[in-house]
Amino acid sequence: MAGKPKLYYFDGRGKMESVRWLLAAAGVEFEEELLETREQYEKLLQDGALMFQQVPMVEIDGMKLVQTRAILNYLAATHNLYGRDLKERALIDMYVEGTTDLMQLILMFPFLSAEDKEKQHALIVQKATNRYFPAYEKVLRDHGQDYLVGNQFSWADIHLFEAILMVEEKKCDVLSEFPQLQMFKARISNMPRIKKFLEPGSQRKPIPDDKYVETVRRVLQMYYNVKASV
Amino acid sequence: MAGKPKLYYFNGRGRMESVRWLLAAAGIEFVEEFLETREQYEKLLQDGALLFQQVPMVEIDGMKMVQTRAILGYIAAKHNLYGKNLKERALIDMYVEGTRDLMDLIRVHHKFSPEEQEKNLALINERATARYFPVYEKVLKDHGTEFLVGNQLTWADVQLIEAILMVEEKVSTILSKFPLLQDFKTRICNIPTIKKFLQPGSQRKPPPDESYVVTANRVFNRK
Repeated sequence: MAGKPKLYYFDGRGKMESVRWLLAAAGVEFEEELLETREQYEKLLQDGALMFQQVPMVEIDGMKLVQTRAILNYLAATHNLYGRDLKERALIDMYVEGTTDLMQLILMFPFLSAEDKEKQHALIVQKATNRYFPAYEKVLRDHGQDYLVGNQFSWADIHLFEAILMVEEKKCDVLSEFPQLQMFKARISNMPRIKKFLEPGSQRKPIPDDKYVETVRRVLQMYYNVKASV
Repeated sequence: MAGKPKLYYFNGRGRMESVRWLLAAAGIEFVEEFLETREQYEKLLQDGALLFQQVPMVEIDGMKMVQTRAILGYIAAKHNLYGKNLKERALIDMYVEGTRDLMDLIRVHHKFSPEEQEKNLALINERATARYFPVYEKVLKDHGTEFLVGNQLTWADVQLIEAILMVEEKVSTILSKFPLLQDFKTRICNIPTIKKFLQPGSQRKPPPDESYVVTANRVFNRK
């Protein structure tokens, strides 16, 4: 057991899913402690395990890392997925911030009322097709390489792939006007570790359902009244 | 002018203020282009200068960088404010994410109705005193050094001082139960580059007022 990162989160995607993707793409086996009860959460708080009283939290290399961005940065850097120099890192950072913003719109989706879900759905599709996908399409078209940054696989590619799949779950033909992204998606899907993560039985989590929403609300005693993003 | 970073944003704090703080702390001179009209923004869009159609944008080292975290990460790394190794970087990342979450509560405060502002103020107070400041107080206490990480000034210290000052503008006594943060504040404010940034006439921006809100709405075509 020693040595494997341990993820503390709910049994669902949320903010931890990007961490699962990155670990899987890096070929790193990990364990999970799934939060199901308020008591589990309160114990973590009492033990001082959550720096800002929040999850995600990942035990790794003797640290209890919190804050998704800090966790992802550390994992990317330790597994050679963060570019070769400062400028490549800058590009990767810009790209993952974009996909983070896009996925954030989807993250809150299950917590919305039926009416707000409709508004949010439209917003997700609009932002994906007008703001985010065109940017990544252009990056790939301009340099004609297989990966977003520095002609090698990086965290930016994993994050974009995750975002594409999430948006496709909302609108299956959303890539119809993005030929570069279609080819990108096919290429990444065929990478052995990614392929394995996409298979049933992996630690990839399914689309959040009502049970997930109910668990999060019960454990955190929050997110009862989430509104659409405008 | 060549060589100086150029910041594209409104004439106000918003998300760009953390960038101004970091550049100032690092002693880096910068220039600013202030967005005042819808036309300026549309020109930036047409020129393809804004990767995701958003500001902040910073022209630096031949790049047009967007996304605040990306910009801050680049400046911190370039100017030796991002720790000496991956573990220090991980600590810095955790700390700046915490202060960013706290500052996000304040950043949007002026957009709320007076009633919502009252609730938000209570939230800011609660988060600062129960969630964020205790963490930084403990960090300073536990290793007894002047700075949060690795015994030298880093991005984490700069962002923490920015957060402390922002919260104090809303709740002036916020540090009353945090003696080490009070000492930290005094020490950091006395660092020459930061002292200079805190003086009138620097590029530090004041808290948002009505005209800031009006300008932002006009540029982004918001009601």
